[in-house]
Amino acid sequence: MGAHKVSAAYSVRIIIGFLKEEKQVEMLSGGDMLIRSLQEEGVDLIFGYPGGAALHIYDAIFKQDKVKHILVRHEQSATHAADGYTRATGRVGTVLVTSGPGATNAITGIATAYMDSIPMVVISGQVATDKIGEDAFQETDMVGVSRPIVKHSFMVKHASEIPEIIKKAYHIASTGRPGPVVVDVPKNTVDPMETFPFEYPKKLKMRSYTPAAKGHSGQIKKAVSMLLKAKRPIIYSGGGVVQGEASKLLTELAQKLGYPVTNTLMGLGAYPGNDKQFVGMLGMHGTFEANTAMHHCDLILAVGARFDDRVTNTTSKFCPNAKIIHIDIDPASISKTITADVPIVGSVDSVLTEMLDLLKESKEKPDEAALSDWWEQINEWRERHGIYTQPRYNTSGDMIMPQDVIKTLYEVTNGDAIVASDVGQHQMFAAQYYPFKSPRQWINSGGLGTMGFGLPAAMGAAFAFRDKDIVCVTGEGSIQMCIQELSTLTQYGLPVKIICLNNQALGMVKQWQDMVYDSRYSEIHYEDSLPDFVKLMEAYGHVGIRVNKKEELREKMEECFALKDRVVFMDIYVDPSEHVYPMLVAPGGSMRDMWLSKTERT
Amino acid sequence: MRRIISVLMENEPGALSRVVGLFSQRGYNIETLTVAPTEDETLSRLTVTTVGDDHKIEQITKNLNKLIDVVKLVDLTEGQHIERELMLIKVKASGAQRAEIKRCVDIFRGQIIDVTSTVYTIQITGASDKLDAFVQSVGDAAILEVVRSGVSGISRGEKVLSL
Repeated sequence: MGAHKVSAAYSVRIIIGFLKEEKQVEMLSGGDMLIRSLQEEGVDLIFGYPGGAALHIYDAIFKQDKVKHILVRHEQSATHAADGYTRATGRVGTVLVTSGPGATNAITGIATAYMDSIPMVVISGQVATDKIGEDAFQETDMVGVSRPIVKHSFMVKHASEIPEIIKKAYHIASTGRPGPVVVDVPKNTVDPMETFPFEYPKKLKMRSYTPAAKGHSGQIKKAVSMLLKAKRPIIYSGGGVVQGEASKLLTELAQKLGYPVTNTLMGLGAYPGNDKQFVGMLGMHGTFEANTAMHHCDLILAVGARFDDRVTNTTSKFCPNAKIIHIDIDPASISKTITADVPIVGSVDSVLTEMLDLLKESKEKPDEAALSDWWEQINEWRERHGIYTQPRYNTSGDMIMPQDVIKTLYEVTNGDAIVASDVGQHQMFAAQYYPFKSPRQWINSGGLGTMGFGLPAAMGAAFAFRDKDIVCVTGEGSIQMCIQELSTLTQYGLPVKIICLNNQALGMVKQWQDMVYDSRYSEIHYEDSLPDFVKLMEAYGHVGIRVNKKEELREKMEECFALKDRVVFMDIYVDPSEHVYPMLVAPGGSMRDMWLSKTERT
Repeated sequence: MRRIISVLMENEPGALSRVVGLFSQRGYNIETLTVAPTEDETLSRLTVTTVGDDHKIEQITKNLNKLIDVVKLVDLTEGQHIERELMLIKVKASGAQRAEIKRCVDIFRGQIIDVTSTVYTIQITGASDKLDAFVQSVGDAAILEVVRSGVSGISRGEKVLSL
């Protein structure tokens, strides 16, 4: 049935070809069509790893030089690197893997991208169509395995479908709420011996896919009027602002209104972290002032954020007095966990533009007296427990404090580095103590929390920005999950700086075991078996610097960043008993219920 | 509350698995599911009955709409609608029972579509609760086999679900 349809479409194309005789139709194999389609999409880099089912495609790559292939050391890294490249640039990342283990190794990276709505196209080799279902060598049902973690997926049935499928894949991945798309390519459909007419579609029409663009004008009017009437407003903005390239609009809106802004972990940098209206990150390890302001506010303007459980804490106790305006491109994210009073489905940039226009026209102004009281209150919270008004950790001991490492990193890099992070305590310290000035500067796995993400993601970003400081903030746990990419860094000469907060244990797990399990440290220690990272770096041709004295931290950090064209790994021994604070009290707490230190809570 | 959601989707391989996968992935219930191509062979019509409060149903319809293969959908239970289900049921029919079952089939406006000396095979259509009622009135002891198609539904009046 399927084959009939395809050959019908194919013969129609030939007829069209006859009609426009003057136009020479190019005959290409499926593999060449695939790579040509990528060129047409403007893809300059693909991250991948070859194997049996993908060999025809690799041969097509070999025959051209427009699409550059980056050979990683593990397929998981291919997806993370493409992801890091996308987060840093906004361009869709592309991955190429073989069937079976190549495809399944890519799964963690696809899930990571899916949870953070990162556009990505993953092309996976597949066994030949007539072998599918026969448990052939390296056969895995990739479309089936990846189904719950992709925005959409395709299985190529015939070579002639390839250009349209690739066009659709990039369109779907990058529009609406972005996400990963898998294209599974059976080996016979890219056979170099069979050629077909190639034409890349200029336009696409998909009757079943029309992502929302503009928000409902009536709802936007209502939202603006509510915004202007608010007494204790807060702007809560997330990753959607970064992805939707709406950071400037958000900043303009917030500054026009003079309202406080908090960013989610995914949204850091969407509003300048060093601005006085910024009250810090909110949620599980958010600042005291951000979480408390959320709890006491009377209006939340949620922009491109999804009321994640790491933000809301107990939903029934979430912001009891707040009316909620929720702008999101994905209708399913609105009123999912927290009911919105004014839902606005639309792209963040178009909705914010419309809001700004209405604000400019409006004669009404924000209630200045109420706002000044509100700021006074917020400033009092900042003074009382804020991490930016004074250090809230022990600064008098001999040990290096992880917070000081991030602060030093900020100073040495002038706050301009692109920082990719792994997952754990170091991630939270980086989020708290490196105030990101601009969007796409902070790259981390927020939704899935994937350890091993940091190094390959930094690598992906490094391909896009050769002249910037690219940093991977990691721990001695996370780094070992994708450490093989040190070799890729050597191959492509990418001078990533790796800042390892070495506390000789799985720190975040340890923190929870301290707090919830009476310090019964189950399976978090490995200090006797840690590699000598300095020697390991040397083995890969890189530079390793060990730091265990507090007074040497700054000098060594400067030394690290002075080595412009080298990969440098800073193995920094930090206080192994330190916890990340503030920390929401969970389960059962509201947003104002926080631990502020090991002994003090709100 | 029980809902009937009718979905028009691309008649593509894998489309059904995306719908079914969505339900299991997000912990939604499927009570019945029917699917077949429409008069336009590029489209399939799928009817699913599910149980949930308004919030859950809203999430189900939003998430179904997000699937790329889904073209359009409607919650039929939001308006006037007709629902039908087909049941084929094989029952023991011998001796005095034979006449009793025949009467019962007539009352429910079913048809006996196959007969042996000891067995009737009966076809009944109607809303699901009518089929339930028939099963109950025949009684477990007599039933040999039951096959139900799952619910199909359509809106009353001028309202249509089409492109």
